[in-house]
Amino acid sequence: MSNHSPSTNLQSHFADAAQQADAAKLGMWLFLVTEILLFGGLFVAYAIYRAWYPEMFFNAHEYLDITLGATNTVVLITSSVTMALAIRSIQLDKKKQCMNYLIITVVLACVFLVIKYFEYEHKFHLGQLPGKFYTFEGIEGTNPHIFFSIYFAMTGLHGFHVIGGIGFITWLITRVKRNAFSSAYYTPVEMAGLYWHLVDLIWIFLFPLLYLIS
Amino acid sequence: MNLPNEAKINYLNYPKGLKSWLLTVDHKRIGVMYLAAITLFFAIGGLLALVIRTELFTPDNMFLTKKMYNQMFTLHGAIMIFLFIIPSIPAALGNFILPIQIGAKDVAFPRLNLASWYIYVFGSLFCLYSIWEGAVDTGWTFYTPYSSTTDTSVVSMMLGVFILGFSSIFTGLNFIVTVHKLRAPGMTWYKMPLMIWGLYATAIIQVLATPVLGITVVLLILERTLGMGIFDPAMGGDPVLFQHFFWFYSHPAVYIMILPGMGIISELIATFSHKKIFGYKAIAFSSLGIAFTSFLVWAHHMFTSGQSEFAAMIFSFLTFFVGIPSGIKVFNWVATMYKGSIDLKTPMLYAISFLILFSVGGLTGIFLGALSVDIHLHDTYFIVAHFHYTMMGGTVMALLGGLHYWWPKMFGRMYSEFWGRIACAFIFIGFNMTFFTQFILGTRGMPRRYATYMDQFQPLHGFSSIGSYVLGFGFLIMAIYLIHSLRNGKIASANPWGALTFEWETTSPPHPHNFEHEPKVTHGPYDFDTVLREREE
Repeated sequence: MSNHSPSTNLQSHFADAAQQADAAKLGMWLFLVTEILLFGGLFVAYAIYRAWYPEMFFNAHEYLDITLGATNTVVLITSSVTMALAIRSIQLDKKKQCMNYLIITVVLACVFLVIKYFEYEHKFHLGQLPGKFYTFEGIEGTNPHIFFSIYFAMTGLHGFHVIGGIGFITWLITRVKRNAFSSAYYTPVEMAGLYWHLVDLIWIFLFPLLYLIS
Repeated sequence: MNLPNEAKINYLNYPKGLKSWLLTVDHKRIGVMYLAAITLFFAIGGLLALVIRTELFTPDNMFLTKKMYNQMFTLHGAIMIFLFIIPSIPAALGNFILPIQIGAKDVAFPRLNLASWYIYVFGSLFCLYSIWEGAVDTGWTFYTPYSSTTDTSVVSMMLGVFILGFSSIFTGLNFIVTVHKLRAPGMTWYKMPLMIWGLYATAIIQVLATPVLGITVVLLILERTLGMGIFDPAMGGDPVLFQHFFWFYSHPAVYIMILPGMGIISELIATFSHKKIFGYKAIAFSSLGIAFTSFLVWAHHMFTSGQSEFAAMIFSFLTFFVGIPSGIKVFNWVATMYKGSIDLKTPMLYAISFLILFSVGGLTGIFLGALSVDIHLHDTYFIVAHFHYTMMGGTVMALLGGLHYWWPKMFGRMYSEFWGRIACAFIFIGFNMTFFTQFILGTRGMPRRYATYMDQFQPLHGFSSIGSYVLGFGFLIMAIYLIHSLRNGKIASANPWGALTFEWETTSPPHPHNFEHEPKVTHGPYDFDTVLREREE
């Protein structure tokens, strides 16, 4: 259907490349809005149960490892920087550099997941599991399983988004390798950047809410 | 794409072959594919409704056990809401009409549009599987704690709803971007047909509300599989929180259903009154007003849930605000008809049916929004009648009006005007027999969702059931003459109704690229006064 011109990838129903890029950007922002609302439900659940069980939330949060959480925060923020640098590089037609930044971004995302894995593994071991699988004894306060239900739901959903981002950026790497992007057309790279910053941003909210209750 | 220079080429016959349909990115074809899919599910949901009404003909359990009865009304509700009415007007008619009405060649993201159709089909398979596996018996609202404990297949139904949500989001996202970025030169916001304003307001709700439903059903799935506990009072959770989550989507969702219908009605009333629409801006902004207000009223579904009385008062108060933009629209439509030259073609008959039925539905909504009245009427047949008057009397009437209005454009053939009017009469009369009766039943205390009832209600229940057969017969007539018209109808001209919006400037059925030449805005969408005068001179 669409006539791809080699340089700008212009589809036939757009008047020009600028219009197409604008449309893609608006679409991506709308998608990000839906993501925020998706997480919004979980943030509401968090707020309600923290208000109901403030002491239990405080006691339960002490079992989260602040060092690992802070490390992961630094890892994700750094990956956001490399993502932004990747976009800058492709704008300047530095394809090799762009690819390197994208690879670093993916590696950092994997580091995030590995650290998360060790955190999860530790909790599994202690029996700090969601809901009815919760067997840990030693957190004072009512219904500590609720905290871990919410912890796993929030970080789990966020983790799926990190995995999605790894897939997206890996796909970009193969495209950059095949010279699909240049300063004339780099919309997908920019879209991945928007998405990745949102994933980062959500973590920046999750970290204090879950790890730094005081 | 280079097309041979033949006048006979249109989106239906070029390119040819099943594969060209299954892989199409043409919004018109996707609209037609959606139309076929929603028609199928409307038929299934409608047949389930007839089964329910037949069972309710007498108080005895005739052929359904009580559990089967619960499954029947749940499936009727879930199919009609998630598989039929939500995608009906936006995804079927909207997909076809929106780009043409603003003079675009396609929606902004054609491949996403096709993906949305496949996601819809994929999600519907999950819903059908759940029927096969053990039909859900929770009611379409899936309230906890029952939905987290029933032995029916809630999880696959929830997965289906979750997946369908994406299809709805993608349609909405596509429409917002298309309206912002792809309007033809000269098509300013205030030159857009009101159908577009309706679809635009709808799309905003689709994008903002649907993700919340997504997370709600994910949490319900986790509740069933992992025993999360956040909706389970025994584990320190709160089942009412589920209701809040659910209605935060599902109340705005009723405006996903009605707003595009209101868009259609604006087109029909202006065209068939041959008169400039009264209060264009008021109608346009009332659509956005409804979309905005829709997010602030969800807890009026929960007046008896045990939520705080103060919250209930606030939500009751806010609910009345919905009446204002809705009322603005109805008054503007009536004012448009006043001293117009009204042509009672089939689409206009549906538009008038809409005005009557929606007004009844809307006004009874005000009864229900009033706290003390709602305590009495909550979960009775009054509610059932109210939302059928808005959903069926409103949205479905608008859909049928729109379907008849754009049928010649979509398929290039005219349906039988005679049989169209007959079917409309059957549907209007059958609808009122079925559902007006239920207002009376509800005020007398007949609770909804019961498989049986006290003997004193039998005459009214029987009358309602007969009404449903009349209604079903109307749809049968419609199915016959519409299918018949596809091959045997008169060839439609480009503009059989004398309307002024863009879709009537292209051929019927349209060219694969919508227009052979880029359309130019020479007049407003409803400038009947000036354009008709010019044509006469």
